Amino acid sequence: MNDREPAAAATEPAGPPAIELIGIDKSFGAVRANRDIHLKVAEATIHGIVGENGAGKSTLMSILYGFYQADRGEIVVRGRKVAIASPDDAIAAGIGMVHQHFMLVDNFTVLENVILGAEGGALLREGVAMARAELTRLEREYELQVDPDAPVGELPVGLQQRVEILKALYRGADTLILDEPTGVLTPSEADHLFRILRQLKEQGKTVILITHKLREIMAVTDRVSVMRRGEIVGTLKTAETGPEELAELMVGRRVLLRVEKAEAAPGAPLLRVENLTLVDARGVKRLDDVSLTVRAGEIVGIAGVSGNGQSELLEVIAGIRPATSGAVFLADGSDLARSADPARRRQGGLAHVPEDRRRMGLVMAFEENESAILGYHDDPLYRSGAFLSREKVRADARDKIRRYDIRPPDCRLLTENFSGGNQQKIVLAREMERGPDVLLVGQPTRGVDIGAIEFIHRQLVAMRDAGKAILLVSVELDEIRALSDRILVMFAGRIVGERGPDAGEGELGLMMAGIEQAGAADGRSGPVVPGLALKGVPTR
Amino acid sequence: MSAPAAKLPLWVEVGLIPLVNVAVAFLVAGLVVLFIGESPLQAVRILLWGALGFGEGIGFTLFYTTNFIFTGLAVAVAFHAGLFNIGGEGQAYLGGLGAALAALALDRVVPWYVTFPLAICGAALFGAAWAFIPAWLQARRGSHIVITTIMFNFIASSLMVWLLVDHLSPAGSMQPETRTFAAGGALPELGPLFGLFGADMGAAPANISLFLALFACLAVYLFIWRTRLGYEIRATGLNPTAAVYAGISTVKVTLVAMFLSGALAGMMALNPVLGEQQRLQIDFVQGAGFVGIAVALMGRAHPLGVVLAAFLFGMLYQGGAELAFDMPTISRDMIVVIQALVILFAGALEHMFRPGIARAFALMSSPQRRRLAAGEEAP
Repeated sequence: MNDREPAAAATEPAGPPAIELIGIDKSFGAVRANRDIHLKVAEATIHGIVGENGAGKSTLMSILYGFYQADRGEIVVRGRKVAIASPDDAIAAGIGMVHQHFMLVDNFTVLENVILGAEGGALLREGVAMARAELTRLEREYELQVDPDAPVGELPVGLQQRVEILKALYRGADTLILDEPTGVLTPSEADHLFRILRQLKEQGKTVILITHKLREIMAVTDRVSVMRRGEIVGTLKTAETGPEELAELMVGRRVLLRVEKAEAAPGAPLLRVENLTLVDARGVKRLDDVSLTVRAGEIVGIAGVSGNGQSELLEVIAGIRPATSGAVFLADGSDLARSADPARRRQGGLAHVPEDRRRMGLVMAFEENESAILGYHDDPLYRSGAFLSREKVRADARDKIRRYDIRPPDCRLLTENFSGGNQQKIVLAREMERGPDVLLVGQPTRGVDIGAIEFIHRQLVAMRDAGKAILLVSVELDEIRALSDRILVMFAGRIVGERGPDAGEGELGLMMAGIEQAGAADGRSGPVVPGLALKGVPTR
Repeated sequence: MSAPAAKLPLWVEVGLIPLVNVAVAFLVAGLVVLFIGESPLQAVRILLWGALGFGEGIGFTLFYTTNFIFTGLAVAVAFHAGLFNIGGEGQAYLGGLGAALAALALDRVVPWYVTFPLAICGAALFGAAWAFIPAWLQARRGSHIVITTIMFNFIASSLMVWLLVDHLSPAGSMQPETRTFAAGGALPELGPLFGLFGADMGAAPANISLFLALFACLAVYLFIWRTRLGYEIRATGLNPTAAVYAGISTVKVTLVAMFLSGALAGMMALNPVLGEQQRLQIDFVQGAGFVGIAVALMGRAHPLGVVLAAFLFGMLYQGGAELAFDMPTISRDMIVVIQALVILFAGALEHMFRPGIARAFALMSSPQRRRLAAGEEAP
């Protein structure tokens, strides 16, 4: 199917591009998500698309895959103009997509998932036999080993992703779109994925990789297009560029990729967690005997693959759900683990920046000034007699908008009309401005643009330097390493080890996968089977 | 990934959009009238004249409007807490019991202005209590409030039949209704007020409970948008997870919101029981509880919108009755069809024209705002 030398693909393409987008425009209401996009993706290359959240990457790919229709513009596949009105059209044109959140039926086997929607006839029998043969071929050709008869729900996340790739290939995809594929993977699983992508490229497939991680772009792509505010601001050969240049293109100005901070000077313990265990309604242990201490003037980072108990840990400490057993102490000493009472935690000097600001941290349909007092609305500061004083609430909001540079500076705007970074600033301003002793921070920079990341990191370090205790949870290992003074690694609901901020990525990666147990904080040992622990990981 | 919700001016939100919806509903209703061989324009003329063309018509329109304001507010308050109170019918029915008991006890002893506040309390308390049981079941046991409130309508209906037939009807009477209240249990009508404008209200039953309804609108507005409890109710309705994060008790919010919702529905009974009939009759609610759902939807759960929507439905009820009388081919059922079309377009399809109107407004707004919006694509 491809007569070109794969090695030459990284240079100048000979034939027509695998995908060409010409003048794509797409608006949602008044918002122009894509404007006049021109993009050529050469055949048998890995083409990266980077951009901040909200830059229009996902919209563009949704147009290519037929979820949306472009308002204007053309899609040309291998020199032929095509109309893609639905994912079916996209599949017919040889385009496959691996979604950020997998579209798999957990109770079906790998084989059943692969043929889902492409069963080939009313009776399964024949289709299944054919599919099995085809699957074996695909596995051999692309080194995509996975047991066809294993139920998908029991596979680790990395293998589930492989099933998604197999699904696309089974449908005859020549071009694969991967949307933020490494979000749920450990570093070693990500490396494995990249090996698979290179293998696909050598076999003549074209890969479009959407990501906001510059490291991945540098590691695996041949070319990279940078999007900003709905436009493509540049397409570069990866070999001829670097992370700094890409970051600058993404943001539109120079950015500092490193966090500058002085040595920590830890003081008295402000948050103590002892033997915390949480068993959920289905009887699954989400937290298993977790103990940790956060002292004044230090940032303790919790590293781990998403879904290994970090979210539950934050929720129990913040009082959103009660622990099954164990204890949580703030500086004043009373045990709070059994009481699910976030208001009491706030009074005790604990503030919480939740992992998911849209779902938990903000009320999207509230005006900014209303979201800015969520959780503190009982404060006498905002009262006037029996009523909430609009004047006081708004004055307070305007003050925070000014000091945290929240844009646009309009406290009457609905919360949902702010960008991700500015929404995060609304939460941070609310939680940090009261000078809490302890700050829980979950995914502080998820979906936040690079400019705001810089700001948020500086704020966190400044708070640490002011003698506060910060517990940081993030799935971005780079962020954990850059900010933390101590790093705890969580795996399957347990803290499996503690490292200094200079710990290597490889070492932490292995711990996150539950492979290495040395130096576990609680002194436990015993083998951990990664596959078992990773199954049933919620992918929300 | 929906289109971002632009914030529209209040007058668009509670004025223009409902108006467009109603216009489309009337257009379709007009086609139906045309289909059965009558002139739609003539029908509209009769309907409008019947509702607003003369003193008595206005009096009836205002009477119905009063009912619908109460039941519409009841549904709206529950909406703000994210609860769908379908039980306005039963709560109003029980509210009638509360109002009637107060009137029966006092009508021969004290003047109406002493009975009225106590009847308000009785109506509100009985209605609230009837809503509180499903609320408690929802908050503590997770029984879905839509199901339980519907079921409580049936229980209320049977309970009231039993009470009216076996206990409340005067000895020797075959009517399932209480005795007629004396003057101390009758609310003043708006006739004299009409007189000031030179109009004659005739036999129309509009009475001072209209002012109570308008006052309730103001109180609901202040409560929902200006108090801490109102803030907690709105936060819970808009994002329950964020409310829990903020330390707001979902149980408290559910109980409070439903208690108030039931109280408002119960107060609707004052209008027909003390105002119109001066007695408690079987089945006096006559669907007002259900119309309240449409009113709240159409009024976008805002007291101002509720008043406007209630007035529109009041007009439809009164004008529709005139229409059925003047145009024999348009039967009572046709009127119900027209009302149903309004509910369909104003309630169920209320978002149909919204995106278009929002886009039009975005284009008309200042270039600065447009730039700002363009930078904030939903991911």
